[in-house]
Amino acid sequence: MTTPGVKPALNRRLLPMAALVAGAAIAVAGCAGAPARGEFAASRADVLWLNRISYGVNSQTLTDYERRGRAGFLDSQLSGRDAPLPPEIASQVNLLDVVHADAAQLLAATNAEYKRINQLPDGPEKEQARKTLNDRGNAFAYEAARRDVLRAIYSPAQLQEQLVWFWLNHFNVAQSKGGIRWLIGDYEERAIRPHVLGRFRDLLMATLTHPAMLQYLDNAQNAVNHVNENYARELMELHTLGVAAGYTQGDVQNLARILTGVGINAGGPPPKLQPARQSLYRRDGAFEFNPARHDFAAKVLLGHVIRGQGFAEVEEAVDILVHDPACAQFIAHKLAVYFVADDPPPALVARMAATFSRTDGDIAAVLRVMFAAPEFSASLGGKFKDPMHFVVSAMRLAYDSRPILNTHPLIGWLNALAEPLYGHQTPDGYALTEAGWASSGQMSRRFEIARAIAAPNAGLFEPEDGSIATGAGFPQLSSPVYFAALEPMLSERTKNALAAATSQQEWNTLLLSSPEFNYR
Amino acid sequence: MQRRELLRLGASLPVLTLASRLYAAPTSPARFLLVFLRGGYDCANFLVPYSSSFYYEARPRIAIARPDASAPSGALALDADWALAPAVRDALGPLYEQRQLAFVPFAGTDDLSRSHFETQDSIELGEPSQGQHDFGSGFMGRLVRVLGSSGPIAFTDALPLTFKGAADIPNVSLKGVGKLAFDNRQASLLTDMYAEHHLEAAVADGLELRQEVALAMADEMRAANRGAINTKGFALEAERMGKLMREQYRLGFVDVGGWDTHVNEGGAKGALANNLDNLSRGLVSFSQALGEQWRNTVVVVVSEFGRTFRENGNNGTDHGHGSVYWVLGGAVSGGRIAGEQLPIQRATLFQDRDYPVLNDYRAVLGGLFRSMWGLSAGPLERVFPQVKPLDLKLV
Repeated sequence: MTTPGVKPALNRRLLPMAALVAGAAIAVAGCAGAPARGEFAASRADVLWLNRISYGVNSQTLTDYERRGRAGFLDSQLSGRDAPLPPEIASQVNLLDVVHADAAQLLAATNAEYKRINQLPDGPEKEQARKTLNDRGNAFAYEAARRDVLRAIYSPAQLQEQLVWFWLNHFNVAQSKGGIRWLIGDYEERAIRPHVLGRFRDLLMATLTHPAMLQYLDNAQNAVNHVNENYARELMELHTLGVAAGYTQGDVQNLARILTGVGINAGGPPPKLQPARQSLYRRDGAFEFNPARHDFAAKVLLGHVIRGQGFAEVEEAVDILVHDPACAQFIAHKLAVYFVADDPPPALVARMAATFSRTDGDIAAVLRVMFAAPEFSASLGGKFKDPMHFVVSAMRLAYDSRPILNTHPLIGWLNALAEPLYGHQTPDGYALTEAGWASSGQMSRRFEIARAIAAPNAGLFEPEDGSIATGAGFPQLSSPVYFAALEPMLSERTKNALAAATSQQEWNTLLLSSPEFNYR
Repeated sequence: MQRRELLRLGASLPVLTLASRLYAAPTSPARFLLVFLRGGYDCANFLVPYSSSFYYEARPRIAIARPDASAPSGALALDADWALAPAVRDALGPLYEQRQLAFVPFAGTDDLSRSHFETQDSIELGEPSQGQHDFGSGFMGRLVRVLGSSGPIAFTDALPLTFKGAADIPNVSLKGVGKLAFDNRQASLLTDMYAEHHLEAAVADGLELRQEVALAMADEMRAANRGAINTKGFALEAERMGKLMREQYRLGFVDVGGWDTHVNEGGAKGALANNLDNLSRGLVSFSQALGEQWRNTVVVVVSEFGRTFRENGNNGTDHGHGSVYWVLGGAVSGGRIAGEQLPIQRATLFQDRDYPVLNDYRAVLGGLFRSMWGLSAGPLERVFPQVKPLDLKLV
């Protein structure tokens, strides 16, 4: 009864809750007024494919796919260009302070404020001042998370949004450490986001020169005669080579010495330098390379002799790392774990790694090889959704393109599922495999969150500015997208459970808890 | 309520899983909890080698002052060489005094990667470092298999690697637990959807355990109304762990993070001291919640490595090697520093940098398990292949 191409009025199919009585719920999915099957032309295979390329299909994905065809759709997803957000979402994002702030100025201002507070006499006033400032910082980091999840749900550039999460996780920083809460939005927007489909080296350098990373892994404190190894070690172990690549403790120490002087200067005056060193000074925003803190002795990294020459040593070291075959293998494998399988076929990883090496680390080229592979097609439907995929795909199914007004419930769900944005404390990032998310405790917690998402009063439509809600929002799970994308995949067991539901919320809960929904 | 009673409630409950049948009645009263401090805690600012002048040279800014009889809130001397950090003296001092707490310094692994993640994984797997690695199971998982009905449980968000290889280990995070989630009919519908799925047991176990925990929490709420509860943070979590392990759960695992103190570690006070304080109070809550079963319980606290013996340029310490393990329990033969030791001076440091490892973690734990469950050589070999168990006479 719905015309293709016309967005159905979403509230129309809501069953009046009062009309639901035990035993009648089997009518939920097939009630009068339900959309006809076949509103979308995508086949089962198409849907499985789209559920990997995207966070999970919604009507916009299906329409776009029909219009462009598979090749055209993939080209657009791999282009790395921002797609316009729906106007209501774009205007919500544009109202956020985090969108307009200058990170360097903000860091200078907050550092000054922390300094002022530290000089206050100990007591309740000092504690209150510190708490107020931290609360403001947390609110600022929340804005970044709000922007992130709104894009994940509503942006047509679904592959790009998944890759923002993937690379943020690869180059993990935690908002709770020091002043990172003030920097995390800028880190995501300027260090990660522009490069997610670009060159790996550019992505790496953008993180290496961002104050969030320099603070998180302590390189801001790394100076000649005060060496701190933390960042150097993780740069090799977690960001480029992997732990089994054969580097030694000596390589870690030497890379740490190469990285001495790479740090932060938030609004302070430039250092006093010997005339011969002045040309080596670098500054960009709050990033600073200070030659006076650098160890200019020669070093050996992975067998290469690196002469003392300032920041150029860092460029040289990064070249050595990203051109090491171990790096190609490490990055190719990690991408394949995220997009293909927990234990990806070695032959596929080898082809991806070869592409990485041949293209000088072109991420889009590596992904293109992966998506075209028969191993990729064979893997579809077999990846367990991590909490981010679970929550975002549930939102895309339940609310389609309908703009929500409040993202606090979503952030709460991700917290409850132990995968908050910017919340992983250690630099290894979140697990990418089923073993990390499907333990008994995690399954029962997931069902509880499914119930919360399935509820008609989840709080998603209460404006965050406290103004009066002008419309209620109900999850619409038995939608055209459901009939196109999910219903054909359901097992008899799942259908039987759904048929036994005694309320719409329970039906929704079961659907979001079902095995078919929890794999992509 | 016991898991068994819960299961007797009737046909409306989820399927009786393999796990439920296996864990219904552990045969041994022995209980074991492994506490993993992730991040590599700085043991030298916990168990302070105060007789070493080199300690004070190596840590000019973060060293903990020597015990001083005139400073009752300072470090607590345990013997002529070692003292407990001031932050833990109130919680751990009495346990040590009652001989329920021992320390094993120079403990750890021969993994030299100094990588958090690799070393944590290799300890959790518990395989010999030389020779073939199979990665198919962790040592707690193998212990479950060897013991049969042992009541395993992980108090973590995700199932830890160390339980790999055993079927259907329940886990539950006790950090934030709400009201009863699903009634029995709903739990049945959820479990039915996963029948014959490879997650079937995880789903059934998770829903069951969740109901048990909710019942235990209801108990806690009643106690709280009488003002009995004033714990928070890890102490509250540990108290809940103690309640569950007082009943049918007997092989537990929990991890605690926040130990990677590269910067501003602090000395007698500061970041590390706060963490140690929180952890120690938690272990005391755990022991109290166990009640009479505390005498059947052994807790071992481990970390992936120690830290550099010298402080770094940022009032912190970097990744090191040897650590100090804690062993506590109602029947532990404590009040002593156990295992092989060396005087601490520059010449005895490993690679002029860290504590050496003289007491291999597999040998220490192997010796302990042998005594706790009377394991003969065959079963012990299955838990820790090629181990030479070290009998430190701790139990």
